[in-house]
Amino acid sequence: MTGKVIINIFRFCILVFLQVLILDNINFRGFVNPYLYVYFILLLPFEVPGWLLLFSSFAIGFCIDIFNGTLGIHTASSVLLAFFRPIVINSITSRKEFEPGMKPSISDLGFQWFFSYSIILIFVHHLALFYIEVFRFSDFFVTLSRVIFSTIFTLLLIILSQYLFFNPSKK
Amino acid sequence: MRNLFAYILKQYFFFLFLLLEIVAFSFVLQNNYQQATFLNSTGKVVGTVLSTFNNISGYFSLKKANESLIRENARLRNKMADKFLLTDTLVYYHVDSLFRYIGAKVISSTISHQKNYLVLNKGSLHGIKKDMGVITMNGIVGTVVDVSRNFSRVMSVLHVNNKINARIKKNNHLGTLEWNGNDYRYGYLTDIPMHVDLEPGDTIVTSGNSYIFPEGLMIGTVEEYYKQPNEKFNNALISYSVDYNNVYFVYIIVNLKKSELMNLERTQLNDR
Repeated sequence: MTGKVIINIFRFCILVFLQVLILDNINFRGFVNPYLYVYFILLLPFEVPGWLLLFSSFAIGFCIDIFNGTLGIHTASSVLLAFFRPIVINSITSRKEFEPGMKPSISDLGFQWFFSYSIILIFVHHLALFYIEVFRFSDFFVTLSRVIFSTIFTLLLIILSQYLFFNPSKK
Repeated sequence: MRNLFAYILKQYFFFLFLLLEIVAFSFVLQNNYQQATFLNSTGKVVGTVLSTFNNISGYFSLKKANESLIRENARLRNKMADKFLLTDTLVYYHVDSLFRYIGAKVISSTISHQKNYLVLNKGSLHGIKKDMGVITMNGIVGTVVDVSRNFSRVMSVLHVNNKINARIKKNNHLGTLEWNGNDYRYGYLTDIPMHVDLEPGDTIVTSGNSYIFPEGLMIGTVEEYYKQPNEKFNNALISYSVDYNNVYFVYIIVNLKKSELMNLERTQLNDR
């Protein structure tokens, strides 16, 4: 249990620094930017209590906001992502493939599960993030294209890191 | 009442979510309406982390930075007084400086948001104050909005609320420079009177109507002129002269006559 807490705190710090120091400077074509820090919320264990899920999402969004000077935007969309996480997990996981002690990863639940799990949640997060930032509905489709491209970018990084650090072939 | 508490306790996940969202949105609204004054409280930690990282990553851009500095040195040498031929020695020139420039390094900048800011490694300790202009050798960058002891925060030209007085260089007509939040390379010049004609490639400079920027600083060139026959005011697409994606060194402009000008304006207001 303490091991899990320490791993998650460690992951929190690594992802915040990675996001703030490196990924925020990518700006591919000026507006496509990956937001890899949501990976922290995606990787929290299944048995995490609801209040902890919400508070830790609030915390990571708040950290990113402080560094970016965009107070509230990342916080709001991270909390939204945390709210949708149990709903998405319940709707895409069937009872029989789910065993206690599993982690939300490709190695435990397969590529298809992980792909749909992360694409839905990342899309929800990015949708909220970009529309709260713009704060208007003119240029609706320009913003939507930013959402879609950034979602693809973030998803790509997350799946890549799944293969790099979690080694799905082990099973 | 007890039922209500039981209900809230049962649905606590949803209510906690609601509470946290309300907190987050109050941050968003606060940030939207009063301009960022957040640097003072967290600036020390954030600034130190960013500038430490910048000290490392800065090495990768040294070559580019050196080249641009050499180019600027050459340009300034050409402007030095002894490069001009003085023929009439009877005319007395009184030269008093209006502006002073403080060099600073950019330790963090964004271009992909709607409201982009830069953080510079100079602060109130170095004489930086709110509402000072920031430029590079190629053109304008933004306005200082927030100062801590060692760092300052600059509202970039790429900020949807940033409106800058601009002038069309060839005919001195005024307009307003805005950014619509999409492409970091292009801005819009609005409020161009209908009788003014613009060609692609025309130069847009600062007007000097504010205390922030001196007159005649480069902003960009006209890319496309959207002229409608029945509109009183037209817009033009402007291609910025500065590549905001790589700004390393900037100058902060100190307007030495600002308080005098402001006093004069205040007396004008009182007379009205």
